[in-house]
Amino acid sequence: MPPVSVNSPLKKESIIRTIVLAGNPNSGKTTLFNAFTKLRQKVGNYPGVTVEKKSGTLVLAGDRVVNVIDLPGTYSLAVRSPDEQIARDVLLGHLPDTPRPDMVVCVVDAGNLERNLYLVSQIQDLGLPMIIALNMMDEVERQGREINIKKLSQHLGVPVVPTTANQNKGVEELKQLIAQGAPADYKREWKMAPDIEEEVEHLVRLLMQHDGMNRYEAFSESLILMSLGPKLKNDSKSNPLKRFFKEELICQINVVQDRLRTKGLRARTAAIEARYDWIKWILKDCVTEKNRKGPDITEKIDRVLTHKFWGWAFFLGVMGLMFYIIFTIATYPMDWIDTAFGKLGNWINAVMPPGDLRDLLVNGIIAGVGGVVVFLPQILILFFFIGLLQDTGYMARAAFIMDRVMNKVGLHGKSFIPLLSSFACAIPGIMSARTIESPKDRLVTILVAPLMSCSARLPVYGIMIAVMMPLASGWQKAGIMLAMYVTGIVGACLMAWFFKRTLLRSQKPVFIMELPPYRWPSWKTVAINMWERSRLFLKRAGTIILAMSVVLWALMTYPKHPGMDEGMALKSSFAGQAGTIMEPFIKPLGYDWRIGIGLIGSFAAREIFVSTMSIVFNLGKEAREQTLRDAFQNATWPDGQPLFTPLVCLSLMIFYVFALQCASTVAVVYRETNSWRWPVFQFMYMAVLAYLAALVVYQGGHYFFL
Amino acid sequence: MSFPDEKIVLLSHLAVNQQATIKRFIIEGDDYERLEEMGLTPGEKVTVVRYAPLGDPIEIKIRGYLLSLRKEEADQIEVTLLP
Repeated sequence: MPPVSVNSPLKKESIIRTIVLAGNPNSGKTTLFNAFTKLRQKVGNYPGVTVEKKSGTLVLAGDRVVNVIDLPGTYSLAVRSPDEQIARDVLLGHLPDTPRPDMVVCVVDAGNLERNLYLVSQIQDLGLPMIIALNMMDEVERQGREINIKKLSQHLGVPVVPTTANQNKGVEELKQLIAQGAPADYKREWKMAPDIEEEVEHLVRLLMQHDGMNRYEAFSESLILMSLGPKLKNDSKSNPLKRFFKEELICQINVVQDRLRTKGLRARTAAIEARYDWIKWILKDCVTEKNRKGPDITEKIDRVLTHKFWGWAFFLGVMGLMFYIIFTIATYPMDWIDTAFGKLGNWINAVMPPGDLRDLLVNGIIAGVGGVVVFLPQILILFFFIGLLQDTGYMARAAFIMDRVMNKVGLHGKSFIPLLSSFACAIPGIMSARTIESPKDRLVTILVAPLMSCSARLPVYGIMIAVMMPLASGWQKAGIMLAMYVTGIVGACLMAWFFKRTLLRSQKPVFIMELPPYRWPSWKTVAINMWERSRLFLKRAGTIILAMSVVLWALMTYPKHPGMDEGMALKSSFAGQAGTIMEPFIKPLGYDWRIGIGLIGSFAAREIFVSTMSIVFNLGKEAREQTLRDAFQNATWPDGQPLFTPLVCLSLMIFYVFALQCASTVAVVYRETNSWRWPVFQFMYMAVLAYLAALVVYQGGHYFFL
Repeated sequence: MSFPDEKIVLLSHLAVNQQATIKRFIIEGDDYERLEEMGLTPGEKVTVVRYAPLGDPIEIKIRGYLLSLRKEEADQIEVTLLP
């Protein structure tokens, strides 16, 4: 193969405007991104996909500002996952609203050089100016390894800067190099078998001629085409000329692969092996192993944390601690928030003249938004734990020991933490499903996560159990409560299994997961992550929640009938009318129109059921639980039959187990899946499930016991 | 290269800490190409570090780092035992 032509895209005087950070997962890329951009960060989505787009600005000496794009962490650019596709498209400047980078900063884990350099070699093919941040240098020293930076830089043909990003070491040097700019005179040093090289060159020429690609892109594309082969799809939307060319290209690739196969050469993996051979050869020259200082900490910790007994004990301990903190400590800030919103409402009540506007502010916006914001402490604590587990490396171990269990319902070990978090609140659970690489597994996890009984259901379960068996002992009540949790878990398992079999059927993806070395968490990274996630939740979900609160308030307020008491006014409101219209549909579940209003009201947040029911029963908003319980127990149908029979209570609880009555969750699923299709589907399937389950409980209970 | 006394087993049958080198993938396809990209190329040294508490997945050491994969995947990889 002739040497790659040097058409450096970087001229001496050109200014770096946009850089990208690329690197493997667990290479410390995020830490470096945080060190570069401080809090000048923006998080969004790439158009049309669910891959998160993180960008920010870096300020260089002399107040020069550079855009920084943090690519999703990937092991490869072979475009097998949406993450890899996006990473490649960003590097090539193929995305419409993302500028082509002027430089790549490749973050490399120095303790795991061999595999990390694989991605470096793939990025080099694209012909961009590159700097390598050789990160985690402190670990290398501890391992007693010595890396000859100068030689490594010579072999790779790019500047290499040793860094320890979590201690801010090397960050200034990196900044200086970025300011200077780096050359892009890259020459490929690794070679495949001559026959394969020849065929690749043939494809390169084809792509340059027909697609107008430059040599770098054409070469990289050829390697992908060689490995994809027959799976290459023809896009029917493109114009006839392009289509013809694509067909011809597919034909050519098939011919090439056949030709190589008859020679006994495996074209698909030739490049992978050639790259790794080259990397091995370089490392032999640059890395000297000396005596390690101290024992291998990761091995020592793993011996305990993946142990048949201690592994489970630790796992249960950590999860127990997390829930203990959520259900004890979080209640204090939750009370403060609740009180603050209450005071704000009272203050507005005092200073504003009565009227619709005041009512909208106090009972619509403040009550609705307050009902969601009150969960923020729980959400923050969950993100703190998730961030900590992620950053220390324990998350992968939890997935490692849980995978066997999750595999049974067709899920991944990594689905466990999102599902577990959903017991406190489905929102952090759904947002943390991002760690699951396979898009289908991630979607199934998101779809079933709200089936886990979250803390907003507790007030509903609490009042229903109190009405159902007022004389029961604490243990009996706890037993019913536990049964509700178990029902949710069983439902989630069944639905996950069902989705994996039917609409999200995929050929089983390979479960491969790196177990990164244990590391001290970077508190800064954990804190920034907590801040980012909760800000995203409040910002993205906030607008939808605000709109929902206003709509629900309007439904429960209009049309107005002056002079009526609160309960009658609610009955004649739109929501009340809807409750009345709903009655024939919910009567088979044992509910009357009043419960119907409660169901509508709790769409803002489930615990609002309690306050809505208080209004329906004319008790005022702040009724004590006991008053409400008595009102429930005395409530009757028009013919005098009691309304809240034990069976109705049970049916109602079952309904709450399965139904997606949570505007925030719908909003977050919309954000995470980037379309309305999935939240709407999720809402529907859970509504059907809730209805059927409640129907079976009520009608079955009648048939068998009464 | 193949020697008469070469012992070939499946990666999933390897005992903990036993040394071996990757021989070949029984099935070829995208998923196994991904494994090659993670460093499991023919000729490379591999050891099983441990089995998960419930027996599956397994944890291996390859190219100096730790990777876990399920037994059903390890069933598709032949390795040559090192003496």
